[in-house]
Amino acid sequence: MKFLNLTALLMAAVLLAALIVAGCTTGPSQPAATPTPTAVQQKELTVFAAASLTGVVTEIAHDYELLHPGVKVVTNFDGSQALRTQIEQGAYADVFLSANTKHMNALRDKGLMENASIGLFVKNKLAVITPASNPANIHTLQNLSNPGVRLVIGTKDVPVGDYARQILTKMANDTAYGPSYQQAVLKNVISEETTVTAVVAKVQLGEADAGIVYESDITPENRNKFMIIAIPDKFNVIAEYPAGIVKDSRNKDEASRFIDYLKSDPGRATLVKFGFAMP
Amino acid sequence: MNAGKRNFLERKGLFLYLGGGALLTLVLIFIVTPIISLFLRITPEEFLSSLSSPVVWNALTLSLITASLSTLVIILIGTPVAWINARHRYPGREIVDTLIDLPLVLPPTVAGLALLMAFGRMGLIGNFFYQFGISIAFTTLAVLIAQVFVSLPFYIRQARASFEQLDTMYENAARTLGSTAVPTFVTIILPLVKTGLIAGAIMSFARALGEFGATIMFAGNFQGRTQTMPLAIYTAMQGDLIASITLSVILILISFIVIALVKLKLKGDA
Repeated sequence: MKFLNLTALLMAAVLLAALIVAGCTTGPSQPAATPTPTAVQQKELTVFAAASLTGVVTEIAHDYELLHPGVKVVTNFDGSQALRTQIEQGAYADVFLSANTKHMNALRDKGLMENASIGLFVKNKLAVITPASNPANIHTLQNLSNPGVRLVIGTKDVPVGDYARQILTKMANDTAYGPSYQQAVLKNVISEETTVTAVVAKVQLGEADAGIVYESDITPENRNKFMIIAIPDKFNVIAEYPAGIVKDSRNKDEASRFIDYLKSDPGRATLVKFGFAMP
Repeated sequence: MNAGKRNFLERKGLFLYLGGGALLTLVLIFIVTPIISLFLRITPEEFLSSLSSPVVWNALTLSLITASLSTLVIILIGTPVAWINARHRYPGREIVDTLIDLPLVLPPTVAGLALLMAFGRMGLIGNFFYQFGISIAFTTLAVLIAQVFVSLPFYIRQARASFEQLDTMYENAARTLGSTAVPTFVTIILPLVKTGLIAGAIMSFARALGEFGATIMFAGNFQGRTQTMPLAIYTAMQGDLIASITLSVILILISFIVIALVKLKLKGDA
């Protein structure tokens, strides 16, 4: 009898599964739900921004909300490669601010961006930071290759990690450093982080001896927590940040206004305040 | 009890069958669909070629080695602790028990940060070792520590329950016959609770294998050294989706085997 009950239960389950599958296949014939306007006339603008923009875009979003009452700017900060994956997988965003052109172009090539909206809005450079206590006695770029230095950089996919590798390759091609320097530095890497903010955190905690980050990561607030070693221009990489409107955006006008604000005088003033350079 | 259930079912009839069936179906769909979706996104050729890529291979070997080692450590530490707490009353036993369970409910990121504050070179314990030039954070050892920290309670809970279910007459009989404590424990008690302990160890192994949050914060993310499978899945998802899916499929297969083993073991125990 017990066996019979089980069979009946399973049969009911199979029957229902069939019904549900049938229901699913007829589902798409209904028109896709249109976005319903919110009860309060408040517009949400979703901005996906590279982790290196965390401080500056938070402030710009606040300023923008003051200038445009009724608009709420929702921000999502992560490595540009992670944001790109999220958009590829269908995450909703109005504006994408990438820390390199590679991830922006990848989205553009997949037809996920409004092509005409894409343009550079800011530039950045890289620098080496150590904790203020400088436990590994790093004073020059050469010191980064000292055995036992605990170096933290980004993964190869996050822009800051990609740029760091480009810099090391440039140095490897220079007789003053050479390929052995590049190898020794890469051997010192103890962790590859998926965002620049995680690199900064590891150095700030004193757990890493050095990190390769953006100049904009050194802010007036945290400057006394680090020692900074500048990377000469002939090795440095100019990080170019493009902004663009996502194709699926439902607020393209507002998105366009936001990008215009980034490029306006007040927007630029804030960007410069946070250590970025103009394109 | 069975007869009562049958009467109930007969009275309520088809409606209950359909309700129960619907619930089962929904649960099955909810759990199985995401897993099948992963398998559908990858061809067998992609899976095999990805299997030989260094990221996948390094993560797989590192994960299996660290999870096995941490399980071994857990068994060695956890078994006596579980025995003590199961058989001996001492002041503060409840507090000890609660503290041991704490990592179960602690968010893994909190565990990771806490471990970094303790074993990092600026940390409470880490600073001591750092004086002698030993770094713990961001090494394979840190991966191991994170895994032991989060999965120890799984084993201890199961082991303690197994010990508590065991009648004291066995150890009493052994002792009356002149056996001392340690030989009694090893030759009499352990074989009697073997299945329960193995089930606990398998659960700990599975938890260690899946450990992500504490590891990425405390051990960092470095291929071949600290990048275990969950970390590689997270990192690769942002670049090489196929490698990411390959690793996920392997983890699903391992998890499935683990559950099957535990079920078999517990059935054997009953």
